Amino acid sequence: MHGRPRKASNPEDEEASAAKAVKLRVLQSQFMSNHHDKMYNSLFFCYRNLMIGSVSFRLLIICCLLDVLGFWASSYTKEAIELSTKLLEINPEAYTAWNYRKLAVEDTLSRIESDPDLFKSVLDEELRVVESALKQNFKSYGAWHHRKWVLSKGHSSTGNELQLLDKFQRLDSRNFHAWNYRRFVVELTNRSKQDELQYTDDMISRDFSNYSAWHNRSVLLSSLLARNADGFVPNQKIPEEYRFVRDAIFTDEDDQSGWFYHLWLLDQTVNVETPLLTSSWPSHGSRVNLSGSGGLNDSSSKLPSFCSESGSFPLILYFDQDVGGVSSSTVTIDSELKGNEDLVWEPVSNKSSEVSCVWVTRLKYTSTEPQKEYKVKLRIGNSPGIVSSRGCNFSSPYEFVFTAHVHDNVEGSQEGIVSWTDGFSNWDAQSVDLKSLVTFDQLNAHMDLNWRQEAIAEEIDLFRLLSDSKIGKLTLARLLVAEAMISDDAIKGVNYKEILKLYNDLMALDSSHYQYYKDEHTVALLHTVTSSTESLSRHLFQYSDMNNSVCLRLNKLSLSRIASVEKLLFVQMLDLSHNELHSTEGLEAMQLLSYLNLSHNRIRSFSALDSLRHVKQLRVLDVSHNHIGKHSVDTTRYLCSSPLSNSEWTQDEAGRQMPSLATKYWDAYFVLRDLNLKQLDISGNVIAGDEFSSFVTQVVPKLVWLDGQKVRS
Amino acid sequence: MRRKVKVSPNRNFFSRSKLMSSTSSFFQMGQLAADKHVRYILMAEKEKEGIESVVMDHLRMNGAYWGLTTLDLLEKLGTVSEDEVVSWVMTCQHESGGFAGNTGHDPHVLYTLSAVQILALFDKLNILDVEKVSNVAGLQNKDGSFAGDMWGEIDTRRLLTTLLAANLDGGFGCTPGAESHAGQIFCCVGALAITGNLHHVDKDKLGWWLCERQVESGGLNGRPKKLPDVCYSWWVLSSLIMIDRVHWIDKAKLVKFILDSQDLDNGGISDRPNDAVDIFHTYFGIAGLSLLEYPGVKAIDPAYALPVDVINRIIFTK
Repeated sequence: MHGRPRKASNPEDEEASAAKAVKLRVLQSQFMSNHHDKMYNSLFFCYRNLMIGSVSFRLLIICCLLDVLGFWASSYTKEAIELSTKLLEINPEAYTAWNYRKLAVEDTLSRIESDPDLFKSVLDEELRVVESALKQNFKSYGAWHHRKWVLSKGHSSTGNELQLLDKFQRLDSRNFHAWNYRRFVVELTNRSKQDELQYTDDMISRDFSNYSAWHNRSVLLSSLLARNADGFVPNQKIPEEYRFVRDAIFTDEDDQSGWFYHLWLLDQTVNVETPLLTSSWPSHGSRVNLSGSGGLNDSSSKLPSFCSESGSFPLILYFDQDVGGVSSSTVTIDSELKGNEDLVWEPVSNKSSEVSCVWVTRLKYTSTEPQKEYKVKLRIGNSPGIVSSRGCNFSSPYEFVFTAHVHDNVEGSQEGIVSWTDGFSNWDAQSVDLKSLVTFDQLNAHMDLNWRQEAIAEEIDLFRLLSDSKIGKLTLARLLVAEAMISDDAIKGVNYKEILKLYNDLMALDSSHYQYYKDEHTVALLHTVTSSTESLSRHLFQYSDMNNSVCLRLNKLSLSRIASVEKLLFVQMLDLSHNELHSTEGLEAMQLLSYLNLSHNRIRSFSALDSLRHVKQLRVLDVSHNHIGKHSVDTTRYLCSSPLSNSEWTQDEAGRQMPSLATKYWDAYFVLRDLNLKQLDISGNVIAGDEFSSFVTQVVPKLVWLDGQKVRS
Repeated sequence: MRRKVKVSPNRNFFSRSKLMSSTSSFFQMGQLAADKHVRYILMAEKEKEGIESVVMDHLRMNGAYWGLTTLDLLEKLGTVSEDEVVSWVMTCQHESGGFAGNTGHDPHVLYTLSAVQILALFDKLNILDVEKVSNVAGLQNKDGSFAGDMWGEIDTRRLLTTLLAANLDGGFGCTPGAESHAGQIFCCVGALAITGNLHHVDKDKLGWWLCERQVESGGLNGRPKKLPDVCYSWWVLSSLIMIDRVHWIDKAKLVKFILDSQDLDNGGISDRPNDAVDIFHTYFGIAGLSLLEYPGVKAIDPAYALPVDVINRIIFTK
């Protein structure tokens, strides 16, 4: 029962209530004894809706009426129809009576098909009943549905519908039944979307705090802009809309109605529908050193190299949104490397999905001719087929070239323990070019930037006036991010400083949503760190013990989520220890990653590490000192691929041998068995212990080091 | 014989003191009157004469599911007679395989779902003829997709159509074009979760809209500019959990709102503080506290709305 005050009942009320209960019970028994095939499936609705009706006194009347009505009978008598009218005017929720009327109308219409006037008058009577029922209860599903049903018969005039709606919508402007019915009528009568847009104008002018009207406006405008309707071009309409929503936000900054609309406008301003390539590895013009599993034989070399046990290296394409259709026909590769004729591109996402913003294929290399350099040329989008999940084509063909330098193959593999403390040398800027940092600047080439920059600049100036309030600060931060997206580096730098400060302020100002601002702050911080070679190289090291692997240390930055990964595709070793991360979502794009340190974070379960399953190169993982096993709620339970999310799965040998442990530690089981780990650290978690350790060593047969101890020789 | 409930790896957290920092703040704001709620539920179940129980007669199956799940979350399922409940549930099953809301009524997919959920609580799914029940579920539209899903049967094509209906705020309405509503969002997100399709959701956008449902009092509403209601502790909170954005709200404040909505004299929880209690809001209040990791309440699964140990038992041991 919603909104009914809690109060002590007095004896008289109780007595009255008990008396009603007795009467109602008698009536119900009558219904049950009348229950036969004809009334199949309607009685429940009747009862349920009786219950929803507010006053039990009314219930008694209705029940009596229903009984007298005898509408379970097989013929549709005039008397019965009149009774149903009376009933519905008292309680429009009585579904059964609406159903009865529908059957009766169908019956009548079948007999008078030849007489259009009579036909119309029957339907008009139905509309009249609905109208008076709606006066009784404006929120009745049954009444609105009956009206739709009558109108869909096609013989009623629809001219009065919008007037009637207008009357109701003035009484309750947020009623979603009315808004839904309105959209139905508009569709049915082919009323122009421009006229409907004008209607939202009127509703909003009457009360700017009408979220339903703002919502409908976004639906209408999206459609008008998408089909380039007369006068609906983004560079005119969007700036107009900014001015329109401004009044709402500035009149009452705590009123949420305008917030979401403003955010939607901002999306329309900076987002392009056409998918674009953001970055790749290897990047254009770069040189990649490849070696066998033993690494480079020239140990004095400072060159970082990519070693692979399988004799192949990944080729990564990172798009600005999810796309499908990346294949050997949409991406052509001219390569001097042999044996790469039939490349298979795979989306880096859950198995069930055929779209992803990250796509990867593996190029084979062999060192039969040592020290040789091979040129590889990629052409993306020459033939159509790459399509965003919204159905937009990748329409900007792009090509790039890199050089693969294949070194002598050295036998042997590395089994040593990675300590994360020793063996690091400072970044040698000479040894590696950070070309991968230069992401493709396709965005700017594809947009008419002027109006976008102007509109955003104007909004920024305005929202500075509101920057004492929560929504003022938040919108300003979002506007500055948007401006940075479509501006040059100088503006980017200035903006990000201010964005970081705004999110810091917000954490203090609106502590209920602290962690939301914290996450946004982290995104801005990572953007700043990765914005230039200079800033990034402060965090870069080389790990000499492992082929001078490129190591990025982003430890102790109080990061709460992962971002800017598209600029970090070249990283082989990543130190994220001593942060506030609770998930690895985003790391799946880092296909070169072999060593990952997540110790001292807030990982709550193994399911939060699901994205690592896509990182086929990962050999060393440190998740010590996290919160695994400490919480009863797993927030990544349905984001990871497991039987819970309907994934195909089969028990492997380890699972069959320990069914109860595989159930108890199901998320560890599903994540770890797909990883090819040699070293794992899990100490300092609630889950850690002898039982779990022995479980892990069986699920990951190739494991060499567990919590610093050698598992197998 | 009732099989002993398996203890999930996370369950033992309640007996440990690791969470003391947050539990101590829970205790400062008043406690969950668990015993009173248990008594309220048991009373409500027995009460068959009052006006409310008479008008709700037809949906006793729903009521039983709400009450029994709440009891299980409070580790008190043992206080009801399993045989009595199970045999009553089975008397409601029809030839077609579907279940009615009460003895003598017609079958409906809503009650079929509740009946199946109740049998799952007691680990009695084995007494069902699965094919028969899922046939009934398969005939239904909206709700059937949920009920049918216990056996992995769901029409993902329809789901993907729904996805195209994502709104300006990242949420979902009843039909494409309709305004976002937290109840409808739960249904969409839940359905996407159990079919492994959550990657289609814009988690940040939807998450911000959902976390802004929290109002000053700590409670959650279902649409912008509406009053908070304890039942949205379920619809909004479980959606936030499924998309891993629940950390964006102030959980301690929401716990306080739910605890403030308890009837400390007679047990039960209402939609808002000082309103009349009912079994529906008692269930959603306790389920909400479970999602908030309130000490002493068992973990509930955010998509199936049954205790995690029950779901794990069904899914991982099938």
